[in-house]
Amino acid sequence: MAEAAIELIGIDKSFGPVRANRDIHLEVPRGTIHGIIGENGAGKSTLMSILYGFYQADSGEIKVGGKPTAIKSPNDAIAVGIGMVHQHFMLVENFTVIENVILGAEGEALLNTSIAKARSELHRLEKEYGLEVDPDAVIEELPVGLQQRVEILKALYRGAEILILDEPTGVLTPAEADHLFRILRQLKEQGKTIVLITHKLREIMAITDNVSVMRQGTMVATRATARTTVEELAELMVGRRVLLRVEKGPARPGDVKLDVSGLTVKDSRGVTMVDGVSFNVRAGEIVGIAGVAGNGQSELLEAISGIRKAVAGKVLLDGSPVDVSGLTDPGDLRDRGLAHVPEDRHHVGLVLPFEENENSILGYHDEDQYVNGPFLDIPAILKSAESQIEKYDIRPPNPRLKTANFSGGNQQKIVLAREMEQDPGVLIVGQPTRGVDVGAIEFIHKRLIAMRDAGKAVLLVSVELDEIRSLSDRILVMFAGRVVGERGPDATEGELGLLMAGVEEKEAAE
Amino acid sequence: MSTPYAKLPRWVDYGLIPAINLAVAFFVAGLVVMLVGENPLSAAVILVDGAFGGGQNIAYTLFYATNFIFTGLAVAVAFHGGLFNIGGEGQAYIAGLGVAIVALSLDSVFPWWINFPIAILASAAVGAFWAFIPAYLQAKRGSHIVITTIMFNFIAASTMVYMLVDVLKPAGSMAPQTRTFLDGAHLPKLNWLLEAVGLSVRSAPLNITFLLALVMAFLVWLLIWRTKLGYEIRTFGYSPKAARYAGIREARIIIVTMVISGALAGMMALNPIMGDQHRVALDFVTGAGFVGIAVALMGRSHPAGIVPAAILFGMLYQGGAELAFEMPNISRDMIVIIQGLVILFAGALEHMFRPWVQTVFATLAPRAAGVPATSGEGA
Repeated sequence: MAEAAIELIGIDKSFGPVRANRDIHLEVPRGTIHGIIGENGAGKSTLMSILYGFYQADSGEIKVGGKPTAIKSPNDAIAVGIGMVHQHFMLVENFTVIENVILGAEGEALLNTSIAKARSELHRLEKEYGLEVDPDAVIEELPVGLQQRVEILKALYRGAEILILDEPTGVLTPAEADHLFRILRQLKEQGKTIVLITHKLREIMAITDNVSVMRQGTMVATRATARTTVEELAELMVGRRVLLRVEKGPARPGDVKLDVSGLTVKDSRGVTMVDGVSFNVRAGEIVGIAGVAGNGQSELLEAISGIRKAVAGKVLLDGSPVDVSGLTDPGDLRDRGLAHVPEDRHHVGLVLPFEENENSILGYHDEDQYVNGPFLDIPAILKSAESQIEKYDIRPPNPRLKTANFSGGNQQKIVLAREMEQDPGVLIVGQPTRGVDVGAIEFIHKRLIAMRDAGKAVLLVSVELDEIRSLSDRILVMFAGRVVGERGPDATEGELGLLMAGVEEKEAAE
Repeated sequence: MSTPYAKLPRWVDYGLIPAINLAVAFFVAGLVVMLVGENPLSAAVILVDGAFGGGQNIAYTLFYATNFIFTGLAVAVAFHGGLFNIGGEGQAYIAGLGVAIVALSLDSVFPWWINFPIAILASAAVGAFWAFIPAYLQAKRGSHIVITTIMFNFIAASTMVYMLVDVLKPAGSMAPQTRTFLDGAHLPKLNWLLEAVGLSVRSAPLNITFLLALVMAFLVWLLIWRTKLGYEIRTFGYSPKAARYAGIREARIIIVTMVISGALAGMMALNPIMGDQHRVALDFVTGAGFVGIAVALMGRSHPAGIVPAAILFGMLYQGGAELAFEMPNISRDMIVIIQGLVILFAGALEHMFRPWVQTVFATLAPRAAGVPATSGEGA
């Protein structure tokens, strides 16, 4: 086995009484790609933050290149050759590529000498690793795939030998992700060490040499990727067997429940985010909207659910029009049988400081069953919350617990339970499994299928292509605010990927 | 990444941690007292004795506390709606006009028990109106409520000077104040309440408004935690986006919340005007509107916290006055420093000792302190 680039020995980290990492041992051999997987809250990010100097471990030792090293700040990490590419890019949007690369490493009082130096260095990196990007382009004008490349360049420019990537493919199209993987392999061949944090099992299998699994703050296993399977890894992550593919029968579509035509939505800056989108959803089917994040899906959902004004277009709910160009009251839409599971459960779907039972009536707090005149009927609310908790297996089963203290998966179940238990005719769902652990994903998918089979119209928006493909009866692909194609559930990933990247319908069909 | 704060027992959250904060505030205040060459221990004795050392002192302490309960509740209601009402001072001041109109026109007509309810409505209405304007401007025009409520304090102050000097002052009087009210606008004292428990009160301004303040504290609790409107206010306060999603109308909540807040601040005017001075004089609010912010912060915007916090500040006012009298080295300004320290430790540095207390509890009773509170924020 090659010499270890990083060695973590007995790392412990607590936040108050919460032990985020306990007794972690990890060895990453030089020149390999090492995957770290685990559910949300398993402690992956905490561990990497310790390695990158954001946090200090309570106890334990870090060895870099065999030498014990104290990493007290990101500067220390950079000094020993560790670079990090964050999930959310740390770039100055209105700076050029080269300005971002030298940011914090300018070196001298006058910029032009360091820029000249950086230019030749970038040129070398570009040739060596295939990281092409125009050094004078302004960041905000670059697609996300290229912005990520700038993040990698930043780390390499600072002499990183070890590169940590935190959920790097979350914002990429499948093609962009493939390109990223090619770059990572090239970096590996040049002797760099790469640590890849992800919750996508497929990526782990595709690119890593070794994989470590974390669960509840501990490192439960490390495997050579070639000698493990997706099923084994999923089981290690969750601690029990999980069903990765949803079973479902054929759809039996009925009447059109939701009919959208020519819908156009602008964001607060006046940029057209949704551009003349038309589609319908029938009772008893799931229509999935695929697309890379930021192509108008969020605005589409918000316009249909009455949170955001549309500038043009029509929406018919059960055949009668919805006033989408005025500010529709989302409460009225609920009364008409439209339930909405929003993409952002932390800020929109839930009020995190509320008790669980208070969130279980959010949006339905006007209904007779929950109120007595101007007063809330608290016993009734608690009773309904308890029944939702039982039906949706929300844990811990305590309606008086603060919502922030539930895990991501259970928080999502609180939202789903609330929206589904009102027996809506139309359910629109955004990113139902974002930040949700594997075990809960299985449950949520089954529930969505059950809604469909009960004759409800379901509109699903997700950036997880796997989710779209396994749940939807029809798939629409959005790119730059328009629906660029419709496919059946058997569409291949490659086909959808091309559409998501904006390749026109005709070209994609070839 | 969210900070994983574990759940602590309620008594720790609402009892022990504020007590620690308070103790540290007094410790630092003691250092300040030492700095001016006085003995901090005897200063503390004088302070506490001045506030609680007899019926007379307690009555004064509660009289001041009454003001702070009203203004503290006003700030707290706005806090729940995510609004920072810094205009309590002005709302209370201008509400003095409402009280004045009722008292001056009806004090010879009706007895106090008819005039009191009318004056309550009048003070609340004027305070509410003074808060409504900034609320409307925020809801419909986007003017920031912090700025507008501060500005309205100045407008209220100038308006009151004009009213007292040019309109309400009786002809021939030299003082910028209204005439003294007749008995019909004098509120009954609560001396009997303290005398009933064996304390003696010579003459103190504590009056029936104190009971009104306690009733309002209960009503605020009922509003915030038990009504649909309170639910909507809290939803909007924590997350305007979630409120929008839930079909709660932003403009309505801003206006209704501020009107309630202003009404509570306005009622504060009853206490000094009808309960004590029996006239409207310049500056009768004496900063109670601002102390209300500290009271709300310290009381965690909960009536059960606001009442004790108001009494604590009443104690600092009353005991502080005694202290300044007994120890000439300690001026009124020193008392303000002590009050500032209490606000600093209890309000602004609220979480300073929390992680430490958590660790202690986690070590002592790992089960009670709660198991991993993993929050759903991306790991």
